[in-house]
Amino acid sequence: MAEPQRARPKPTPETQHFWDGTKAGELRLQRCDACAHVYFPPRPFCPSCASRKVSIFKASGKGFLYSYVINHRPAAPGFTPPYAIAVVELAEGPRMMSNIIDCPQTPEALELDMKLEVAFEVLDDKITLPVFRPAKG
Amino acid sequence: MRRNQVAVVGAAETTELGVIPNASQLQLHADAALNAIADAGLKLSDIDGFATAVETPQQVCHYLGIKPTWVDGTSVGGCSFMLHVRHAAAAIEAGLCKTVLITHAESGKSMIGKLPRSTPADSLNGQFEAPYGVYGPPSMFPIPVLRFMKTYGITHEQLASVAVVQREWAAKNPRAMMKDPITVADVLNSRMIAYPFRLLQCCLVTDGGGALILTSADRAKDFPRKPVYIMGTGESVETPMVSQMETFNSSRAFKTAGPLAFREAGIAHKDVDHLMIYDAFAHLPLFGLGDLGFMPYEETGPFIADGNTRPGGKLPLNTNGGGLSYMHSGMYGMYALQESVRQMRGIAPAQVPNARISVCHGVGGMFAASGTIVFTNER
Repeated sequence: MAEPQRARPKPTPETQHFWDGTKAGELRLQRCDACAHVYFPPRPFCPSCASRKVSIFKASGKGFLYSYVINHRPAAPGFTPPYAIAVVELAEGPRMMSNIIDCPQTPEALELDMKLEVAFEVLDDKITLPVFRPAKG
Repeated sequence: MRRNQVAVVGAAETTELGVIPNASQLQLHADAALNAIADAGLKLSDIDGFATAVETPQQVCHYLGIKPTWVDGTSVGGCSFMLHVRHAAAAIEAGLCKTVLITHAESGKSMIGKLPRSTPADSLNGQFEAPYGVYGPPSMFPIPVLRFMKTYGITHEQLASVAVVQREWAAKNPRAMMKDPITVADVLNSRMIAYPFRLLQCCLVTDGGGALILTSADRAKDFPRKPVYIMGTGESVETPMVSQMETFNSSRAFKTAGPLAFREAGIAHKDVDHLMIYDAFAHLPLFGLGDLGFMPYEETGPFIADGNTRPGGKLPLNTNGGGLSYMHSGMYGMYALQESVRQMRGIAPAQVPNARISVCHGVGGMFAASGTIVFTNER
């Protein structure tokens, strides 16, 4: 029997550009052309001022560790505990859930406010997940 | 809404609580409803308004044989029942119905006839949270807590003391699941679930249910039980994705619903004799004390650790033992409401002497929704 897999996102028309971006090695966010609000998750209008004039742009991929848990049990399919489930605050403002790679999954190593940078984990030929690693330098 | 125009005249939990292997979830709704109807001295045919969550109103109404002229299926998680109380009070005042039954039941442990919870892969949660290994509330609800602790200087020991104090209350309650005393060290040495939270900082998983009956305050005086008046109410929602909360330093839904209820009731914090703050996990009472404006967030941890919420303390909190020690079927809000009603009737196992005002604050989802009810036994 195949190993249980981690949950696979299924894009919608409103989020397709995000998943196209990660596949191309870009973290894409949206900015309102009217009020300049940057937001996530994707939608074709501004949740701050309701304008439908919004643009997609490539984010810096930089951020910091806002908060996390280290999950021990029960573990999600495809994960080996203990593993951290993190929330990253991006330099552009929005926050997103993610995992932290290239870092021990311990309270000592996972320091709040540590600088992070985006990396990309290919799940299959359709979906590449944005994850984060400690920033170099 | 005008205060004290509507009252709780019937309140009951299921005949049994805990592990109930001989009843489906739907039957637990009926058991709670029949107990509440008996408590109020009513017949099923007297009920003309009905509200429930997760199960649909049509499902429970048909099973019970109720023919309502007003229904509410608001289902926003464990605080849905606080919202039902608010909506029912407005409906009764508006003349849409006279006697409302609100039911909750969940076969949370035995999983008999329980509707499956799922996260579709093309939902926003399915796309932007599920792939990172969230798996049930223990992996999600505590995500904000490390930020909250850092911002306000809250310690692991203070968060452990929440479970210790609530166990003290549970010890006074014959129906509580967990009654043996515990220490801060016991909590901090219990099995790790999702750092920073350990087993004793996470809610129980049980079967059970509860039901409430509301009618106008003018009619309430003719019922067998002492009426418990709805003095103030509040509600709000924020986001179904914990990662997308405005901040982890507070809950926007709490900060909206709580103060709304206080304003409507026209009360100050010093007027509160008894407090329930839905405690699915140990950090929720700290968020609640801060977001409802009882004290600055920095003081919430020391306030509980110093014993101010324990039996005999100045602010009795979660006096049934809470979701951590009393019971938690999955949507605990109904049990918090039941304890507030018991305290206002003067019949709680751990009764707060001379309590006149009780505040009952609920959460739905992972800080996704909130409802607050202020009760009083004086009109």
